[in-house]
Amino acid sequence: MYEEQEIEILKKENERWSEEVQQKLAKRPERKKEFVNTSGIPIKRLYTPLDNKEMDYFSEVGFPGKYPFTRGVQPTMYRGRHWTMRQYAGFASAEESNRRYKFLLEQGQTGISVAFDLPTQIGYDSDHEMAMGEVGKVGVAIDSLLDVETLFDGIPLDKVSTSMTINAPAAILLAMYIAIAEQQGISPEKLRGTIQNDILKEYSSRGTYIFPPKPSMRIVTDILSFCSGNVPQWNSISISGYHMREAGCTAVQEVAFTLANGISYVEAALKAGLDVDAFGPTLSFFFCCHQDFFEEVAKFRAARRLWATIMKERFNAKNPRSMMIRFHTQTAGCTLTAQQPKNNIMRVAFQALSAVLGGTQSLHTNSMDEALCLPTEESVQIALRTQQVIGHELGVTDTVDPLAGSYYVESLTRDICERAKVYIKKIDEMGGSPEAIEKGYIQKEIQDSAFKYQREIEEEDRIVVGLNRFQVEEEKVTGLLKVNPAVQIAQIENLKKLKSERDGNKVDKSLAALKKGAQGDDNLMPLILESVKAYATLGEICDVLKEVFGEYGQPSAL
Amino acid sequence: MGSETRIRVLATKPGLDGHDRGIKVIASALMDAGMEVIYTGLRQTPQQIVEAAIQEDVDVITMSSLSGAHDYLFPKVMEILKEKGVEDILVLGGGIIPDDDIEALKSCGIAEIFGPGSDTREIAKFIKENVKR
Repeated sequence: MYEEQEIEILKKENERWSEEVQQKLAKRPERKKEFVNTSGIPIKRLYTPLDNKEMDYFSEVGFPGKYPFTRGVQPTMYRGRHWTMRQYAGFASAEESNRRYKFLLEQGQTGISVAFDLPTQIGYDSDHEMAMGEVGKVGVAIDSLLDVETLFDGIPLDKVSTSMTINAPAAILLAMYIAIAEQQGISPEKLRGTIQNDILKEYSSRGTYIFPPKPSMRIVTDILSFCSGNVPQWNSISISGYHMREAGCTAVQEVAFTLANGISYVEAALKAGLDVDAFGPTLSFFFCCHQDFFEEVAKFRAARRLWATIMKERFNAKNPRSMMIRFHTQTAGCTLTAQQPKNNIMRVAFQALSAVLGGTQSLHTNSMDEALCLPTEESVQIALRTQQVIGHELGVTDTVDPLAGSYYVESLTRDICERAKVYIKKIDEMGGSPEAIEKGYIQKEIQDSAFKYQREIEEEDRIVVGLNRFQVEEEKVTGLLKVNPAVQIAQIENLKKLKSERDGNKVDKSLAALKKGAQGDDNLMPLILESVKAYATLGEICDVLKEVFGEYGQPSAL
Repeated sequence: MGSETRIRVLATKPGLDGHDRGIKVIASALMDAGMEVIYTGLRQTPQQIVEAAIQEDVDVITMSSLSGAHDYLFPKVMEILKEKGVEDILVLGGGIIPDDDIEALKSCGIAEIFGPGSDTREIAKFIKENVKR
């Protein structure tokens, strides 16, 4: 980037300046002995062109919309249109969630993001013993196609894009979505949205697994294959670092573990005979935006660069769309404090800004009360307004990748890439992500980082405003959103009614066909689609698959 | 209890919630504080928790829920403990527990609720001061 002569002069001047500063430090020491970000990367006092003297602009940074996509996946980025403002929402019954979606759409939200309750995510109907106390709590309860019909009632599915946070039963929810679209007269190729469908991180950090890893990977590849042929605009997977980050890992680990999982999905799909450029463009990603502002911006840029090189060099992708990392971002729930919760509004705003400066395609901003409960309508509105203020008022969207060329950000971007590569190599040597998870390696790395972070807070090496500094006496918090336990009773009533009214023969036949398919190697998607259309319940479908695939049990060792 | 016997703790996740960062951090912190910690892993029913507590002969149960199911699951654990005649285990709860729910949880026998931002050293201290045997 620079002439050799310039570099020499700069080196000398930099040394001279450093010496001067060193002399002054005795009198005026810095706040800390060393400055280190959450990934353990030492932060220098000053960054200059010297830190980027080896940077090759074209191969490492390049132009937006061009390989290696460091500056963004689209040529005009937010000058063309803003990111999708997408608030993760859903609770209680399908009726109540449908009302919240309509409220959010009226408020200017541009996409829907469905939160399912835990029984739905783990394959239990609302009347199952394991579902007791959990129905409708962290998301909406879905037992059958009937509930999904209610959930999207009056929402035109060809006009909105819908993201569904669903993993182990992702195929079932996607099938239900396709089925109700059909009822609305909309064909699958018109549908836009995402299913999370990222099972590997469920074993390492999120916990909503059902089946063992091997059959789970088969379901994932069945979905990838089905989507690339039938639902081409649909993101068939959202490879997620968010939950590993929330569980405690660092920014570098987030990039490394997410891309390592990505590599495993690509390998599985290739092994199943798919063409990398057929499914590559339907892969999407999901990251966290945490508290260290520049580390986060650099992380997003690094993730784009690294994935592009992996797809091109390791998997020989030819289509540039296969090399693009398109991602959703959510602000970091774990940084929210239950103490002085209004301070969370600021935290969320800064984190959201880092996601925008990092070039996200869609964004969820957390609500200020999420360390206490599910967000109220008022707090969700503030969270959404935060995105709108960034998009419309700050001017940060007027040029593409405005932090590029910052000596610090470019240097950090490269650091994160290099450090993530070391982790990916290590995971490769273990035989890939599934093996690294099986050995407990990923879990241990996450847990160690989480414990270190907690200790830093307790020892006040890390200041959290309102928690370990600037505390106040606080009053009891009231007026929080609470899910009515009657939701479970109503779900159970509806299930009873459904089971007495539907065509039992049709259900049995479709489930028998599904079982046969699972025992063989047919793609499961069309079979599941038939079952949901026959109004087989989510629990019934999962039970059939459990009979064939078995269930995963988490090792309890710490 | 004698100073030579270590306090035994069952760290557990009742219900379907997968958020285990908190319980694992607490488990590590209690081990650092000299206690013996048995972690059950995710998805424990109240019945399984009580059985594990009896089988492992623990002095303390710490359970964490961030899914909002604490209002059903925590009292259920206490109910089964009572049915089995277990009275000498100190039971603590944590997670996302609204202030409004704390009184009811304490009235069914849960000694303390440690919410977000709790200092793990305070939790260890509380256990040492309140352990029943």
